[in-house]
Amino acid sequence: MSSDDQGILWEVFIQVKAGRAYKHVGSLHAYDKEMAMKSARDLYTRRNEGNGIWIVKAEDIVSSEASDGEAFFDPSNDKVYRHPTFYKIPDGVKHI
Amino acid sequence: MKDELIDYCLRLGDSSLILSHRIAEYCSKAPILEEDLAITNVGLDLLGQAENFLNYAANLKGNTNADLLTFKRREGDFRCLHLVQTPNTDFAFILARQFFMDCYHQILFKKLLNSKDETILGISKKAIKEVNYHLDRSSDWIKRLGLGTKESNERIQNAINDLWMYTDELFTDNSTDLSMEKNKIAPLSSSLKDEWSQMVVNTLKDSEIEVPEDIYYSLKYGKDGFHTEYLGYILAEMQHLPLLYPDATW
Amino acid sequence: MENERKLEEFQQKIDANIKIEPKDWMPEKYRQTLIRQISQHAHSEIIGMQPEGNWLTRAPSLRAKKILMAKIQDEAGHGLYLYCAAETLGVKREQFLQWLHEGKAKYSSVFNYPTLTWADMGAVGWLVDGAAIVNQVSLQGTSYGPYSRAMVKICMEESFHQRQGFEIMVQLAKGTKEQKQMAQDALNRWWWPSIMMFGPHDSESAHSNQSLKWKIKRESNDELRQRYINKTIEQGHHLGLTFPDPNLKFNEETKNYDYSPIDWDEFWNVVKGNGPGNKLRINHHIKAHEDGKWVREAAKAYSEKINLSKKTA
Repeated sequence: MSSDDQGILWEVFIQVKAGRAYKHVGSLHAYDKEMAMKSARDLYTRRNEGNGIWIVKAEDIVSSEASDGEAFFDPSNDKVYRHPTFYKIPDGVKHI
Repeated sequence: MKDELIDYCLRLGDSSLILSHRIAEYCSKAPILEEDLAITNVGLDLLGQAENFLNYAANLKGNTNADLLTFKRREGDFRCLHLVQTPNTDFAFILARQFFMDCYHQILFKKLLNSKDETILGISKKAIKEVNYHLDRSSDWIKRLGLGTKESNERIQNAINDLWMYTDELFTDNSTDLSMEKNKIAPLSSSLKDEWSQMVVNTLKDSEIEVPEDIYYSLKYGKDGFHTEYLGYILAEMQHLPLLYPDATW
Repeated sequence: MENERKLEEFQQKIDANIKIEPKDWMPEKYRQTLIRQISQHAHSEIIGMQPEGNWLTRAPSLRAKKILMAKIQDEAGHGLYLYCAAETLGVKREQFLQWLHEGKAKYSSVFNYPTLTWADMGAVGWLVDGAAIVNQVSLQGTSYGPYSRAMVKICMEESFHQRQGFEIMVQLAKGTKEQKQMAQDALNRWWWPSIMMFGPHDSESAHSNQSLKWKIKRESNDELRQRYINKTIEQGHHLGLTFPDPNLKFNEETKNYDYSPIDWDEFWNVVKGNGPGNKLRINHHIKAHEDGKWVREAAKAYSEKINLSKKTA
């Protein structure tokens, strides 16, 4: 085992334009959140990709388990009435 | 006035050029990958600033361009500050040098936003955004190194001590400074000292780094064309190809 | 058997082009292959900074200097994305670096060749990055999610790298007599190493089949190599330079360029560690790592102090 310490792993989310959702772009190593924020800016916004940055310690992210799959997600699949395409609107009706 | 304006642009351009060059030497040698990336960003920004000032100087001179100024000028015609010529002794030296220059640049570019010279004003508008970030970075590192471990504190103290003597040059006025001030193009270098000192001393104190003594060093300055022994070697490397192949364009 | 069923389900996912994510079940061999492949890909990017860094301070124009600086910085970034992708498989970056320093991990041996002239910056960008691009475009379809996403990001950034190199070659090829000679000399030295980047012939490649079955690799070494050669020869025609292979010939039947047999002795020698730059590259990396130890320790110590003071505040 190495005695070296490369810092904590952080996940980075970027908001490309104001108002849009934050999107996961990758990760980086840093010893604390101040360093992590600066690094995120240097690493992930070199080509003007950023309006806002979120950083989260990788260990703090709670993710669904792969095995959750069916029980977790399938029930959403058969409730098609949640989608606008399910409904028939007569031609000519506007703004709906 | 024109000669002094050219001289002033060369001072700012050459200083950023050589500082950027020192950063380029450090490529792939940083303590951690993220830092290699970050410090290169600073180097790229500085190169951009250098190019802007050298382009302007070239336009004013006529019959030349930024590349010719960079690669074909003799040492004595460079106007870079001594501080930027100092070598990459270790990470502490690199950050101390950067911190001193970032404080200087931030104060200077802020004042240059009032310049009567349109071009200098334009360059400064862009540069100040970059410099604000550079200073945020370097002052953060000074703190980390000052307060980190006993070893890092010793190393940064050492670097601050050794580089201190080069900071005098940032605040002395020569005939160029007097002319720039008279024509409302730039502030006197001496007018930057108090703000710079305050900024630097505050950060050093917060970082448990002792402020070195203010001694007068009898030095002849880079902004007057008298350089450290380091510059010769830097230029030998930087100018090597165009000098070896004088007819070539790259 | 539980394992057999899992293996079957896993293969079905692969066959259906469903990405495998870090928390999914995967065969141990799949995991180990990826740990090795992704981290070695990362090491290649980082070591690759050195041959180009070698000419950064001698770049002969301001434009060339800033472009080269940005390119090298991108490579650091690519290494970073890849280390992070590799870490999702349960190994920390500290460990990857240790394996690299101990010689237990490899990196693309093409980076063990020296960059001897400014023209090498052109040749490396055009040929080495060109070959890397062919490989990386193919890897965008790799089955492991984090690796695939890293490849997509890298591919978006990589195309300027090859253009940068080609632009230098164009400039030199139409320059002075000495510049043209410099360009030809660089092409002579980098052509074969770039071809060897694709690895051994399919017939000699022991692990290829399994990698293809699991879609770690999407195409074979020879397929990728031929694609690279075909497109590069056409680019070379624009330069008016010759390739160091007397048997290079367009085959009307296969529509591919035929080429001379590769000197595999040279390749294996360099892979084993006996290339001109092997020791140089590793020692450089080790030195930077060791020189920087006190900095990492300081940054860590400072972070801990801040955390402590926040807790007690």
